[in-house]
Amino acid sequence: MALLNFERKYRIRGGTLIGGDLFDFWIGPFYVGFFGVTAAFFAFLGTALIFLGASMENTWNPWLISIDPPPIEYGLQLAPMADGGIWQIVTICAIGAFVSWALREVEISRKLGMGLHVPIAFGVAIFAYVTLVVIRPFLMGAWGHGFPYGIMSHLDWVSNTGYAYGNFHYNPAHMVAITFFFTTTLALALHGGLVLSATNPGRGKTVKTPEHENAFFRDFIGYSVGTLGIHRVGLFLALSAGIWSAICIVISGPFYEGSWIDWWNAWKNFPIWRM
Amino acid sequence: MTDYQNIFTQTQVRGHIDYGVVEGPGDEPRYHITSTSHLMGRIGDAQIGPIYLGWSGIASLICGFIAIEIIGLNMWASVGWDPIKFFGQLPWLSLDQPLPEHGLSLFMPLNEGGWWLMAGFFLTSSIILWWVRSYRRAIQLGLGTHICWGFAAAIWLYLVCGFIRPVMMGSWSEAVPFGIFSHLDWTNNLSLLYGNFFYNPFHMLSIAFLYGSALLFAMHGATILAVGRYGGEREIEQITDRGTASERAALFWRWTMGFNASMESIHRWAWWFAILCPITGGIGVLLTGTVVDNWFLWGAENGFARF
Repeated sequence: MALLNFERKYRIRGGTLIGGDLFDFWIGPFYVGFFGVTAAFFAFLGTALIFLGASMENTWNPWLISIDPPPIEYGLQLAPMADGGIWQIVTICAIGAFVSWALREVEISRKLGMGLHVPIAFGVAIFAYVTLVVIRPFLMGAWGHGFPYGIMSHLDWVSNTGYAYGNFHYNPAHMVAITFFFTTTLALALHGGLVLSATNPGRGKTVKTPEHENAFFRDFIGYSVGTLGIHRVGLFLALSAGIWSAICIVISGPFYEGSWIDWWNAWKNFPIWRM
Repeated sequence: MTDYQNIFTQTQVRGHIDYGVVEGPGDEPRYHITSTSHLMGRIGDAQIGPIYLGWSGIASLICGFIAIEIIGLNMWASVGWDPIKFFGQLPWLSLDQPLPEHGLSLFMPLNEGGWWLMAGFFLTSSIILWWVRSYRRAIQLGLGTHICWGFAAAIWLYLVCGFIRPVMMGSWSEAVPFGIFSHLDWTNNLSLLYGNFFYNPFHMLSIAFLYGSALLFAMHGATILAVGRYGGEREIEQITDRGTASERAALFWRWTMGFNASMESIHRWAWWFAILCPITGGIGVLLTGTVVDNWFLWGAENGFARF
């Protein structure tokens, strides 16, 4: 069932950024558009290159397949395909696909008469990814500082990179990022739970109102941010988590090379309490 | 792009304070401490208060106050009651868990873990009383208890780290210290001692749900703001009587990724993602040291870790 019963009246022409009516059509439930074509191109090419890279290694275990960036010696050059070149092209494909996807969301938003909040929010996630694989490696002078594309290998990279700077738990931007992640999850549980509790009050009982939601939260913590406000708060928390994650990694290396444990000596040496 | 994008509330209407829906006969009275804030009104609701405490709320606050006093005064004592040093060294100060030789004993010298046990008892009492309050208030207002069970999931992770796992390991010394850097060190050392937590599949799941929650809230928050011009934030009304805001929000995701939630089901996705983060995380911590001694070697045995 590709078409929802109310969908036909929304499937109208217009809203495209590029290509006019040429790509203004759907395939099944998916809207295509010019950026749907480019997203599909980059996604297909990138995935095919990952399979090519995997075929050059000695394992097809999905946990262990890894497309590694070039060794540090190549600096910011293009590397041979078998020695990190695949990683470089996969990175280009990934960014191409992500940006295409965001622009396709812009076209869909325009077609539906919606605000651009979703593509802008996705842009923050793309920015965090670009920080990891382009901005930070560029600032450090070698693509080899990007992270490898593999399930266990990217976890090893996170672990090793963290301990390369002493202990990442002591990175103040990392603390802020984690706090935003935890707070986002807390707020999501509260928001999801509140709406479900008002609409599912129990068998045989009447569905409650936003006034009940307000009363519960004011009674519970003394403040209710309201039905519109909670979505602003949630979006802010989620995007802050992404932004501070990008900050905590981009300062490690390009702007601070020591141990994050030692960084706190600066706090110890504030003039008022210097000992 | 010159359209209004629904970022801040531009026009605020001030009416009378809303003291909330009618309370049932068995309730304690609300405290009618209220004010309004223009800045809060830019983002959400301008009204602050009233608040309801009831006996469980008051008991919870008292227990929480005692716990924080025990922790704070122990920290202050550790710097010789010097207030400047207290702030200067605060990130490093800690009320540590009992020494290993005391096992699961409930009686030990105060400065070898006795204070920690007391602080933990009062903090846990405070949290559980706050849970009781969340449950009773939901019932009293005629709501479902979904928030209470979400809160219970977080309490599960807290109890695993500070109570259940230490009991299973046979020593309070396995529990988490009260302190800023000290609890981070505990987290770090738990990973290192048991062979790298990144290879713990429940840690993987917990992080996936943590990041997934941020993703979902960004998607959901942005979607509702984007259909704000159609009244999308009136979610309960949209759930019971679907309007164009719901239809556009659903079609946005259907056309983007071939799948969409409904106005109600997105909140089920949200609730499950958020509560599975501490539920899976708690399982991962509980298995560590009790069932699995080294997650990296466990990964190697099960074919996903490579030396």
